[in-house]
Amino acid sequence: MGIVQGDQMTLNIGPQHPSTHGVLRLEVKTDGEIVSEIRPHIGYLHRCFEKHSENVTYEQVIPFTDRCDYLAAMNSNFGYVVAMEDLMEIKVPERVDYIRVIMGELNRIASHLLALGVYGLDVGAFTPFLYMLRDRERILDMFEYTCGARLLYNYMWVGGVSHDLPKDFVKICTDFLDYFEPQISEYNELLTYNKIFIERTADVGVLPADVAVSFGVTGPNLRGSGVKWDVRKDEPYSIYDQFDFDIPTGTGEFGTVGDCFDRYWVRMLEVKESVKILRQALKDIPSGDVHQAIPKKIRPPKGSIYRRTESPRGDLGYYIVSDGTPVASRVKMRSPAFTALSVLDEISRGWMISDVIAILGSLDIVLGEIDR
Amino acid sequence: MGVLENRFKDNVIVASLDKFLGWARSTSPWYFQFGLACCAIEMMASAASRHDLERIGMMPRSSPRQADVMIVAGTVTMKMALRVKKLYEQMADPKYVISMGSCATSGGPYWQHGYHVLKGVDLVVPVDVYVPGCPPRPEALIEGLLKLQEKIQTERPLTRKTA
Amino acid sequence: MTPAEIKTAIESQFSGSVLENEDLAENQVELKGEQWLEMATFLKNDPNLCFDQLECITGIDTGEEGPLQTRYNLHSMEHRHKIEVVISHDRETPKVASIEQLWRIGDWFERETYDMFGIVYEGHRDLRRILCPDDWEGWPLRKDYEGQEDYHGIVVPKIKEEEEWE
Repeated sequence: MGIVQGDQMTLNIGPQHPSTHGVLRLEVKTDGEIVSEIRPHIGYLHRCFEKHSENVTYEQVIPFTDRCDYLAAMNSNFGYVVAMEDLMEIKVPERVDYIRVIMGELNRIASHLLALGVYGLDVGAFTPFLYMLRDRERILDMFEYTCGARLLYNYMWVGGVSHDLPKDFVKICTDFLDYFEPQISEYNELLTYNKIFIERTADVGVLPADVAVSFGVTGPNLRGSGVKWDVRKDEPYSIYDQFDFDIPTGTGEFGTVGDCFDRYWVRMLEVKESVKILRQALKDIPSGDVHQAIPKKIRPPKGSIYRRTESPRGDLGYYIVSDGTPVASRVKMRSPAFTALSVLDEISRGWMISDVIAILGSLDIVLGEIDR
Repeated sequence: MGVLENRFKDNVIVASLDKFLGWARSTSPWYFQFGLACCAIEMMASAASRHDLERIGMMPRSSPRQADVMIVAGTVTMKMALRVKKLYEQMADPKYVISMGSCATSGGPYWQHGYHVLKGVDLVVPVDVYVPGCPPRPEALIEGLLKLQEKIQTERPLTRKTA
Repeated sequence: MTPAEIKTAIESQFSGSVLENEDLAENQVELKGEQWLEMATFLKNDPNLCFDQLECITGIDTGEEGPLQTRYNLHSMEHRHKIEVVISHDRETPKVASIEQLWRIGDWFERETYDMFGIVYEGHRDLRRILCPDDWEGWPLRKDYEGQEDYHGIVVPKIKEEEEWE
């Protein structure tokens, strides 16, 4: 037997894979099981959103924004209409602001529930997925009651919303919140404090804060590394400055600050904060007409604007350039998952292949948003 | 059935072999979870607690070698089209394809200016059932799967196929 | 610091680099592309400016007679101020220095702008297409983009002409 010469192996975690959250191809160079480099290949879902937005009118762009981040469609709409209303200097009625915040926060809870459930599925836990999807279905029922759609709504329009809330929506939503709050402790018992889950996620894939800022990582991924940055508090839009809520950050519960468990834990705590915001909004919602500020024809003045809002994945920014016609000259969507995926190579070096799956799940990416 | 009528008790069934095979083959098709975009979320929701796909015999499989039905859920782009064809060829016969959602049927909302979007997955693989919607409700997907089961039941695998 | 103060700081350090452009808003500044890497290093490392977060890089095609532009949105987490830098490129050979070593996200943002517009970022370690396939022809988001005839045997339909919106 001679000396066995070790060499690098290239493993392809291909576009079709149950754990890659969509069509993502990872070219992984490994030395046995230990990863030495990862090259993500994206573009398998490039649906030409930006080309479409240069050829349809401003209000027709809104269904396309739904389909980019399809897990948080309300928040994608929210970001676009906030940017348009800043560009056109439209002031919406107060009821519209409250409805938008309610829908945005409900969708944040739904998106986080799916992210956490699928993360459990990635590391091997099947039951929390079923429990979390069961509760997510109740939120989708409420959306369907309001605007008719379960997943892709086209709900928020420039200057207002498409449908007013039904008469008993406040009661239904309050009942849901009363049912949902004890469920969070049930999820914690099932998944969060589970010894196997903690072993797989604590201390794995640590993202230091300065690396995160340089890579443009935002949202729960950045907050999991200890940086207190939330667009709702630091550059407030709509009426978020009137609500009282905290920004949870990662504190190294079971391991180092910025590991996978911290990012997961921040999302779980954010669900609780969203419930807080919802209760305040449902109590104080005023009455009014939701369609009165919707302009008949959207023709913004010449100029450009960049505005960001907080989607469940991070800072969702829209760069809109207008040339005075009803059709946009350029709409660019700065998606938070794009930056989150770019940091995958940096934080997975030295870990094993199964840890790469755990790290990828903790970043919570949606390929529709990355590829647009 | 004149000579067989009223000859046997109720615990004896007489039917053609094709019917038995159709019943056996159609009632547990394992699907290949090929979720690409938003329709994949509705496919996952129809496999989850409320609309359970396991009760009609469908189980998700991640490998094409173990699957009978490929549900193409979502937009197929040019970059992905070559891989869809490869995965379809890796499935073992008999295989079926369900095209879920309007993007897989005909390009969906991206038909007009999508330079990178394939206008319908039936340009690369043969499709058996089309489920419309954007995204289709889980109930619509279940109806599409039941229609596929009906289609499988009408097949006659034992008949020699003439050229 | 207000945008005007930031512009003064840049002008005092790199005289002649701030260009006047009345189409731009108050928080946007157009810079000459020649010394962009040094200016970007100054913007990031100077303790009064300290722009440590690159929010977004957008490529713009200003029309047939105009140039191609790259717009960088910068933000400082420490001082909480923002600036938008606009750099124009010649349409025939658009190129500018790459800043991917300063802000690591510049790597992917610049690859995306290269993929969509064809702007070459000099000094980038691995400039290749990121969204479209590697053998795609043309720069899709330019206004004069003509789709290719077919891709590996799959026919790509021509992008239809829209009627005029009044």
